[in-house]
Amino acid sequence: MSTQVQVAGIYVHDQDEALGFYVDKLGFAVHTDARNGDYRWLTVAHPDQSGFQLGLFRPQAPLVDDATAASLNEAVAKGAMPPLVLVVDDCRAAYDRFSSRGVEFTQQPVERFGSVDASFRDPSGNGWKLIEARR
Amino acid sequence: MGTGQDPRLLRRLLRARDRMDAASHEEWPVSRLAEVSGVSEAHFARSFAQAFGVPPHRYLLTRRIERAKALLRDTDLPIIDIAFETGWNSLGTFGRVFRDVTGRSPTELRACERSASHALEEVPHCYVKAAQRPDLTIAVSEKRRRDAGDNGDAEQQSEVP
Repeated sequence: MSTQVQVAGIYVHDQDEALGFYVDKLGFAVHTDARNGDYRWLTVAHPDQSGFQLGLFRPQAPLVDDATAASLNEAVAKGAMPPLVLVVDDCRAAYDRFSSRGVEFTQQPVERFGSVDASFRDPSGNGWKLIEARR
Repeated sequence: MGTGQDPRLLRRLLRARDRMDAASHEEWPVSRLAEVSGVSEAHFARSFAQAFGVPPHRYLLTRRIERAKALLRDTDLPIIDIAFETGWNSLGTFGRVFRDVTGRSPTELRACERSASHALEEVPHCYVKAAQRPDLTIAVSEKRRRDAGDNGDAEQQSEVP
């Protein structure tokens, strides 16, 4: 018996923009991109972690009403959504790679607690912590 | 509930907040923040306050106090060094604002924090900081006024450090 998280989603303001960010800048690959009318189920997965999909979802009908969607878009843009963590082998190397591709870092790599960490945001405002795996 | 502000504007205001977070010891006049956000100076402060619930300089103040608290807790730096490192120009102003916000002097806080044990190493640092951020929802001058009662001897202090 086994249990695993397969998909966890974040809200993004614009799915095309998010796709460009997560694929072209961070190195994820599209896993599923399915449309049904106005609705788009969009997930990406990282080649190093094929069993997990990150959903890039837009708050929209029919899941939420328009006013709720607007509030959610505002919350994302204000950086109010919960923390996300990306673990890498080498934080400084990842920082160099990502920033050369135009990722917006909000904190440069800092060594502390026996590791190195940095912070960046996606175009919508979701905040990521970039942490070096402890060896 | 939302504030009805355009998410694209909010995202740019967030950029200004992020920049203050990253360098809260620096000076952040409205002109500089407005430029980061690509907003006119006339609109910046109001838009920021509407978005984040506090005016930009009060936000900066809470970040400075938060950093100072962390340095008091985690280092042996002299208090005067912490004051300058977190962006104050005088030890007196630092001590006064620190007490207004936290209710304790820097020395008292350091002694108190050290007597308690901490197990926060597993939580990413920024979230630890966010969790311990002082909850400054009223102006420091107002807080000072309330604490002082009605004797009115502390009303003329500037909020901005």
